[in-house]
Amino acid sequence: MTREIKYFEALREAQAQCLESDRDVVVMGLGVPGPTGVFGTTKNLVDDYGPDRVLDMPSSENAMTGMLLGASSNGMRPIMVHMRVDFAVLAMEPLVNQAAKWHYMYGGKMRAPLTVRMIIGQGWGQGPQHSQALQAWFAHIPGLKVIMPTTAHDAKGMLISAVRDDAPVISIEHRWLYGISGVVPEEMYETPIGKARVMRPGKDVTIVAASYASLLALRAAEMLADAGIDAEVLDLRTITPLDRESIVASVRKTGRLVVADTGTAEFGISAEIVCAAVEGASESLKSAPHRVGLPSVPTPTSPALSEHFYPRAINIAEAAAATLGAKVQFTEPETGTWHDVPDPSFTGPY
Amino acid sequence: MTPKAAIGGNTRPEVDIRRELYRSMLRTRRVEEAIVDRYAEQEMRCPVHICIGQEAPPTGISAHLQKQDHVYSAHRSHGHYLAKGGDMPAMIAEIYGKSDGCADGKGGSQHLIDLDAGFICSAPILASTISVGVGDAWAARRRGEDRVIVIYFGDGSTEEGAFHEALNFAGVNKLPIIFVCENNLFSVHTLLETRQPENQTVRRLGPPNGMESFDGDGNDVEEVWRLAEHAVNKARNGGGPTLLEFHTYRWMEHCGPLDDTHLGYRSAEELENWKARCPVDTYRDRLIEDGSVDRAWLDAEENTLRKEIEAAFTAAKNSPFPDAEELFRHVYPE
Repeated sequence: MTREIKYFEALREAQAQCLESDRDVVVMGLGVPGPTGVFGTTKNLVDDYGPDRVLDMPSSENAMTGMLLGASSNGMRPIMVHMRVDFAVLAMEPLVNQAAKWHYMYGGKMRAPLTVRMIIGQGWGQGPQHSQALQAWFAHIPGLKVIMPTTAHDAKGMLISAVRDDAPVISIEHRWLYGISGVVPEEMYETPIGKARVMRPGKDVTIVAASYASLLALRAAEMLADAGIDAEVLDLRTITPLDRESIVASVRKTGRLVVADTGTAEFGISAEIVCAAVEGASESLKSAPHRVGLPSVPTPTSPALSEHFYPRAINIAEAAAATLGAKVQFTEPETGTWHDVPDPSFTGPY
Repeated sequence: MTPKAAIGGNTRPEVDIRRELYRSMLRTRRVEEAIVDRYAEQEMRCPVHICIGQEAPPTGISAHLQKQDHVYSAHRSHGHYLAKGGDMPAMIAEIYGKSDGCADGKGGSQHLIDLDAGFICSAPILASTISVGVGDAWAARRRGEDRVIVIYFGDGSTEEGAFHEALNFAGVNKLPIIFVCENNLFSVHTLLETRQPENQTVRRLGPPNGMESFDGDGNDVEEVWRLAEHAVNKARNGGGPTLLEFHTYRWMEHCGPLDDTHLGYRSAEELENWKARCPVDTYRDRLIEDGSVDRAWLDAEENTLRKEIEAAFTAAKNSPFPDAEELFRHVYPE
């Protein structure tokens, strides 16, 4: 049986199965039991598991995160949900100062099995405070684990792994992945945290990416294939702990590297990945690595500006071709819609 | 709202409890003095926030706590840890950064922990542990555990947003918590009048957050004891949270073993006035006067404490430093 469901449904199923199998799991966040259920990911869970386990909360991101940290150290396995990454910024203190260091600074005596889901908005004028991709912030903090699943299959498996993990796990989900279907087993399963996956094997150039950027990388690989360039796409899935071995192995094979990220390029995760390749496979590198990410400006709201802000598949293809010194004229496939939505079925507001 | 006068009136604890209150305050005082005396040796290589002058609140509160009750603290935590029964040699070893420390030397004075004693954590970021304690109470009730949570913080923490967020949630959910503000008038060197509206109390913040609140003399251990009895019993019997504010004063500098009146943010005269109201000495005098203790009992206590503290410092100094490999342990749980 190869059942296909959408990414947001896979997230919902993961949470339902965690609630079903472990009495200590709770899901909490503003609007979690509400009518829209955080873009469908928690919709109607309250009907099956009750308002004591599928919880709304005061608009107090800071204290509610600390509160769930306290609950997690008392044996619970809470999932906190933020509709946008930007709201989690209000909760950085308990995440960075406390949860991340809880196990270490108390000599291994405390655990913080807390999962925090947060969603990256993009397009439809989400603007400066509804679209930030802050994976590099969280990845910079020792003690946190940061996951960015790309496929529906991994969205379910990695969320289950996160809930079962004794470390605090930040799950960063890109909103534009929510409507994409994939094969997802019905049973409960774990996708390991800390392991990247080759999405597309290739021999000429490695494209390392995560989350929505991995889909762009796959599209870029198709463009490159048309030009006779065989790209390997490595989907990180986990930002920290970083799977350096897989990055190094792929770069050793292809000798060339492009990194694509949904976040700001400068001081972003792309820098760390380039560094991992240089440290681990410098003798194999045939050309300077390239990276594709956001420019160092806040997200603009007008579609006329965001059009020039977000990288597209063609930018990744051009970067890959540049690592080979190849002069290729790529043409972007016509999507039949505005650039600020992932596909024509996607309409605002959201 | 229960009027404060109705909280036990002027009821005094039994003689054996009076002695225990005194013993506990004296022990914290002598441990802190021992740290102060030795700090200049430069072997305790971490910040220490000395609680001399503030011994009464943790003592009067812990007298009503049971082992399974949990305590959360902030940076000035030694008294909270010791009064709850935290392992004293493990605390001293922790301050020395040794492997016998309560957090394997990874926390120091600012991150004391003793789970067996119900002392869950301390942390030096203002208000940071308040919500964590609230979550512990929330989880404990869900799990059917008979547990009361005490959360200590200073007046500075009540200016943090997280404090108000946490109180609101505790009030909404009627959680079994005693919020204890030790109002010592200063946030580092910044005066209360610079930070909060004049003629206000921290106590006033209780009712808007759905909880009873009281303030009292934080240098009078029996006043603390009376208010805490009311708050702890109420929490244990499902009556929800209470905010207690105790007016008290720290004698030493914000961080470290010295007098800091030369800095000018407070006067030597003010310090002397508070020292005249020493919670330990005034209580000793009262107990002598009312016949609860005599000189022989006091001498015996001092002797016992001196030996206990000497042994703890000797053990801490003799404890090995953690191995270098310890640096990489416990980043993630295994």
